[in-house]
Amino acid sequence: MVPITTLHYLVVAAALFVLGTIGVLTRRNVVIVLMSIELILNAVNLNLVAFSRMWGNLHGQVFSIFIVVDAAAEAAVGLGILIAFFRNKETINVDEIDLLKW
Amino acid sequence: MNPALANPAMNVGAAPVGTPYFFYGLAAAAVISGLLVITRRNAVHSALALIVTLLSVAGLYLMLYAPFVAGVQIIVYAGGIMVLFLFVIMLVSIDRTVKERQFNRIWPVGLLASCALLALFLSAFSKGKSWLPDRLTQLPEGSNTQQIATSLYGEMVRTVQSPKGQYVIGQYTFAFEIASLLLLVAILGAVIMTKKKI
Repeated sequence: MVPITTLHYLVVAAALFVLGTIGVLTRRNVVIVLMSIELILNAVNLNLVAFSRMWGNLHGQVFSIFIVVDAAAEAAVGLGILIAFFRNKETINVDEIDLLKW
Repeated sequence: MNPALANPAMNVGAAPVGTPYFFYGLAAAAVISGLLVITRRNAVHSALALIVTLLSVAGLYLMLYAPFVAGVQIIVYAGGIMVLFLFVIMLVSIDRTVKERQFNRIWPVGLLASCALLALFLSAFSKGKSWLPDRLTQLPEGSNTQQIATSLYGEMVRTVQSPKGQYVIGQYTFAFEIASLLLLVAILGAVIMTKKKI
């Protein structure tokens, strides 16, 4: 069997990233759009950790921890905005959120 | 008898047994449940599928000798962020969203753009294949959590001049403090936006 290399991890991360972009671009439910963003951040984390393993140092792992912090902040603020919006408009569909569209 | 088993010293450089099977299993679990995340009608099902994805990615981190990142992934993502998501789903999810259209009107364009992105990634990988090493070097088994903690928090260094030890800032200590500031701002933002009257 072929030994697992960095390229294998990169392909898995690319698949997760593309699934996340499909979710962001096509879904109407804001909660699922935010979950797709989490998928994208996870794909980036997987890339960073795979490269960190490839080079044999820890900078990539430290970076991925910072990205987890960022994801937590993003989820908290995004879901806060979602609750405030739902209170005003009674909807969580992306294409009905068009107050700033001209 | 397998000589590597008979002599533990020979086991150091040997490849772990069954690694490809674990890798393909975890990768398949991650991708399939990622597919479920973006196709399910009910947001709770999506959240549960996302938890499976996060746990499989944590398994992949363990295979990459990153136990600390795997632990952070399970505790912060699967334990913290997903609970937040489920709470918000319970707060806002209305029966109406399950019944109506799940994808927006321009979904073919989004799908096409994402497939183009995937093709771009794969062509870049196939072109850059020679640049990547064809096998991963064997790292010593064991935790590197201490090194990560040192680069984040800094450490006490004992010298002849200061036998009690002197604090030396780590490489990422400043970024670590900035991250705590970011979390503080995020907490304030979430609380202020969720409050009815400020």
